[in-house]
Amino acid sequence: MTSWDDAVARLVDGSATLLSLWGEREAVHLALLHEGEVVHLGFACRDGRYPSLGREHPPAIRLERAARDLYGLDPVGLPDSRPWLDHGPEPTAYPFLPVEGEHLHQIPVGPVHAGIIEPGHFRFTCDGETVVRLEERLGYVHRGVEALMQGAALEKAARLAGRINGDSTVAYALAFARAVEQATATVPPPRAVWLRAVMAEIERIANHLGDVGAICNDAAFSLMQAHCAILRERVLRAAATCFRHRLMMDAIVPGGVARDLAPDGAETLRALLHEVRTRFPPLVNLYDATASLQDRTVGTGVLRTELARRFGAGGFVGRASGRDFDARRTPGYAPYDMLTFDVPVLSEGDVNARVWVRIKEITQSVNLIGQMLDRMPDGELRVAVGAQPGEGLALVEGFRGDVLVWLRLAEGRVQHCHARDPSWFQWPLLEAAIEGNIVADFPLCNKSFNCSYAGHDL
Amino acid sequence: MRKTLLQGLLHRPLTEPPPRIDDPTVVTLARELDAAAQKKLGRSLAIREVDAGSCNGCELEIHALGNAFYDLERFGLRFVASPRHADVLLVTGPVTRNMREALLRTYAAAPAPKWVVAAGACACDGGEFATSAHCTAGVGAVLPVDVTIAGCPPTPLDLLRGLLTLFVQRP
Repeated sequence: MTSWDDAVARLVDGSATLLSLWGEREAVHLALLHEGEVVHLGFACRDGRYPSLGREHPPAIRLERAARDLYGLDPVGLPDSRPWLDHGPEPTAYPFLPVEGEHLHQIPVGPVHAGIIEPGHFRFTCDGETVVRLEERLGYVHRGVEALMQGAALEKAARLAGRINGDSTVAYALAFARAVEQATATVPPPRAVWLRAVMAEIERIANHLGDVGAICNDAAFSLMQAHCAILRERVLRAAATCFRHRLMMDAIVPGGVARDLAPDGAETLRALLHEVRTRFPPLVNLYDATASLQDRTVGTGVLRTELARRFGAGGFVGRASGRDFDARRTPGYAPYDMLTFDVPVLSEGDVNARVWVRIKEITQSVNLIGQMLDRMPDGELRVAVGAQPGEGLALVEGFRGDVLVWLRLAEGRVQHCHARDPSWFQWPLLEAAIEGNIVADFPLCNKSFNCSYAGHDL
Repeated sequence: MRKTLLQGLLHRPLTEPPPRIDDPTVVTLARELDAAAQKKLGRSLAIREVDAGSCNGCELEIHALGNAFYDLERFGLRFVASPRHADVLLVTGPVTRNMREALLRTYAAAPAPKWVVAAGACACDGGEFATSAHCTAGVGAVLPVDVTIAGCPPTPLDLLRGLLTLFVQRP
């Protein structure tokens, strides 16, 4: 598969999945997943124009709008001419899509939300209590990450990568480091590879615990929130003991890891695993046995399998709707090829299924950390990164789904770097999943997706 | 559920002792705070959190303030849903171009007297994003800031210390 037309045809017929589309000056790039392999294609477009993929394959629409805002690349034929990440000098002047019908009213929400959450705008069109259509407007947290990356020294770029999306800082730092290592043919030492995976699984557990509690809280069941928050705090404290930072920021660097596991780290982690194994199952029973809570989560916000597949929905959003994909397994990376774990997949696609996939993933991650502690190799933590120019691409399974980083290095600096959060393909699906639900269930649906704003807005 | 509730009653509380008011960080931060502001502030504050371009790291730690270990509400501090109910805006992020207007409107919506706390490296001076053309270099460039809380992200204890300075009376 080398031509644009061929790639488009495979995306449209469903034999390939879009991983990302991004621009730079005078070029447009495509990354696809085809038969378990990541395929990267670059196309020169010197006149700044290329045939729109979004016209035929909707998952690409927002990516094309973003590439137009950032690099002035014109996707010829894209029906949506509105900006996406660039809000311009008049941020409130944005034409939402028209919705027509009798008795409809609109509810604008955001960008400043009622809770302690990231900014974004939701425009609900409702018929009574029922949501007829949701349109999202994002980009409020656009910090110009790609522009800052251009010309940045590796150390600065790695710090930036770890701050694209704070809740997935480990996943981003790992994806960035692996992309640099691929570009420079650097082989990180085995101990570093294993420690990175320990951090990634700690991050997954912490986020899943926080969100399972928060989802229940959005159904007004604060007891779960209180208990899950205690467990999450214990995970973060263990992370601080082991890697000297509660979110483990800047612990993963190109060439290895910046810090070793603290001397009492293994012991701390074993105690933590024991705590989660003992305390979490009663909470799961509580979730499962509380009828008033189940009444809210079962059958709410259903995402159809066909849509999840078409959009290549990553993480628990896809896996709760029958899309059996996990970047740790396909295309896969070390050390997961040496470890035993299941990838839980359900097919119901509702809030309850997304909660259950996350519950099961907590168990899997706890087991993974146990296996890694038992078999942790000794040795070096970091090697020098080669200085040769090159391109690298990495796909890493963060808690939310597959994070993609592509970069080109020259003279020890980043020439161009693109990071694609799983949320790019999950946000549009939230619009679909909420349709026909009541407004009051939106927080619940939204939290069960928990898409990232910062990771998406860049 | 009954069992879970009962166990909650029987366990020792997890809550950490409050940071001491003579903690060096609290003292330093309190000195920076306007004396007139301290006179007006009571023992109870309503906080409106505004993410003005944060990576979500600060939000995670601000969330943690509500858990059983830090239990923010025991100090009379609570998060409110509307700026109209707020005494304090707790702002994170380097203030992106796209959030500037929303931040200004949120500030305008809060009734006077009001205070602004900038939390996290980005809010203090732009942090890693200070040189970006899409951000201003911190909250201070857009709003009058009364207290800054350093850290990337600040830990819940850092946040607690910073917020408590709003209560500390100058000697």
